[in-house]
Amino acid sequence: MSELTGLYAIWEREFKIFLREKSRIITTIISPLMWLFIFGGGLGSSFSVGNFNYQLFLYPGVVVMSVLFSSIFYGSYVVWDKRLDFLKEVLVAPINRVTIFFGKVLGGVTDAVLQATIIMILAPLFGISFGLQFLLIYVFLFILIVGLVSIGLTIGSMMESPEGFGLIVSFVNFPLFFLSGALFPLNNLPEWLTVFTRLDPVTYGVDAIRSLMIGVSTFGLAFDFLVLIGFGLLMIGIGTFAFRRMKL
Amino acid sequence: MIVEVNNLTKKFENLVAVDGINFSINEGEIFGLLGPNGAGKTTTLHMLATLIKPTDGNASVNGFDISKQSSKVRHSIGIVFQEPSSDDLLTGYENLKLHALMYGIPRDVALKRIDEVLELVDLTDRKNDQVKKYSGGMRRRLEIARGLLHEPKVLFLDEPTLGLDPQTREHIWTYVEKLVKEKKLTIIITTHYMDEADRLCDKIAIVDHGKIVVLDSPENLKKVLGGDIIRLRVENPNLDAVKKLNYVKQVDNLDGNISLTVSDANAHLQEILNLIGKVSSVEVHSPTLDDVFLHYTGREFREDDKQAEGGFWQRAMTMRARR
Ligand SMILES: Nc1ncnc2c1ncn2[C@@H]1O[C@H](COP(=O)(O)OP(=O)(O)OP(=O)(O)O)[C@@H](O)[C@H]1O
Ligand SMILES: [Mg+2]
Repeated sequence: MSELTGLYAIWEREFKIFLREKSRIITTIISPLMWLFIFGGGLGSSFSVGNFNYQLFLYPGVVVMSVLFSSIFYGSYVVWDKRLDFLKEVLVAPINRVTIFFGKVLGGVTDAVLQATIIMILAPLFGISFGLQFLLIYVFLFILIVGLVSIGLTIGSMMESPEGFGLIVSFVNFPLFFLSGALFPLNNLPEWLTVFTRLDPVTYGVDAIRSLMIGVSTFGLAFDFLVLIGFGLLMIGIGTFAFRRMKL
Repeated sequence: MIVEVNNLTKKFENLVAVDGINFSINEGEIFGLLGPNGAGKTTTLHMLATLIKPTDGNASVNGFDISKQSSKVRHSIGIVFQEPSSDDLLTGYENLKLHALMYGIPRDVALKRIDEVLELVDLTDRKNDQVKKYSGGMRRRLEIARGLLHEPKVLFLDEPTLGLDPQTREHIWTYVEKLVKEKKLTIIITTHYMDEADRLCDKIAIVDHGKIVVLDSPENLKKVLGGDIIRLRVENPNLDAVKKLNYVKQVDNLDGNISLTVSDANAHLQEILNLIGKVSSVEVHSPTLDDVFLHYTGREFREDDKQAEGGFWQRAMTMRARR
């Protein structure tokens, strides 16, 4: 019981901070919009993918991109908590570290889901409309975000400084993003590149979301689902392990 | 004995931060850990608070073993950390509510106690301000209030007044004294400030390089010196002559700053001045804990102290710039 209130306490704190930090929300929304309007609009005026205008093809990829970046970046708040003694205040409380980890995961999921929602509200601007399958979109986003937030938290739990965190994260973010098929279709790639795209878990998130939004899929929803669940569980496992071992 | 510490040891890589210390504390006592930077005070508190594991030895707090019953220990203690540890984007009130939730305090009890502790530290009228708008002293008081919220048996205060102005320090001392009287708390306090330890503590352990050099009540510690202290600045002091005097108990010389422990200084001052050489300044006082520290370690305490000043503030400032 007290673990449950502990979980709620951690989540509530993260959520309050999220709401109080307008700059955090605004910057994470501006950058996807720039991708959509400038990159998507620019390339879209001369390219199309299959039957789709490039901007339309890009849209699901950008939704995933926004959750990718904000989920992983969320781990940096652990580093900030560590810089002060706030993290000690949490760790000295009579709640399990696993509970603390899950409270943080929920906080990160809330942030990322809200950001994705804001971008999805703009869907009609790009000629996309979805009916009830938006519920499925949320299911897939949720699973993907849980895995990504866990990566961010794992890195955060191991780093001492925000600079160090930023450095590591840029080595993680960009391969995950560029290999995910958010920007280009995965069908006609050279073989070596195909291998790497298949190893990127985000690929299956992009595939699922794109399939639900504009009906194009490389792997099929069932396969995407299984891979993402596996990825989420693995990252939760690694994350709880990292939080248990976290040094002050 | 509400706190018992046996041979507690902590090694970091090849540095021994805490080196086999032993002490015990009675319920309702204020126990001081006094020592320079890096002496191992914080490390000791963190082990007792179950935040880090001892390399060797063991300890119990409120009857619970710190290694085997850490959850029970955590329920029994409150801690105010050396660095700021409240969330500055939350209000003071929200910080307290967060704490109450984490400690599983039922809602109605929590709301009542939050009001009580806010009253105790005089923050009721600022409770709805974000902590980033607090002064260093207010923030410290908030963290003390938070440490009390779950009614711990033992309160750990890690340098509660570091970097605060004298008036605020005085305030915090008054709170601490009030707490012990009203709540029968046991308190472990670490400090750089001799006057703080002297004023508050029933027992003081002077720690240096991870070891307890001496442990006693402030009165006894000062009595051990058995006399008054004469501090002099002398060029080419003639120490041998002074050492032969039977009423001179101890002679310490730090680069021409001489410290003499003398029984009845007033009666013998003239003779010492005649013997010792060309004196440029002289000061006589009854022994302070500074003198005790010098007596036991052969080092001046205050030299180490300087760099620590303002640490709290620096951290508070970096914190403001975050996010
Ligand atoms: N996590 C750590 N890893 C390595 N060394 C550490 C760690 N924490 C503390 N130390 C070292 O252990 C020693 C004791 O540190 P501690 O913080 O306990 O001292 P302190 O008495 O609290 O000092 P201060 O008055 O500066 O707060 C120091 O030499 C410090 O550098
Ligand atoms: Mg310390």
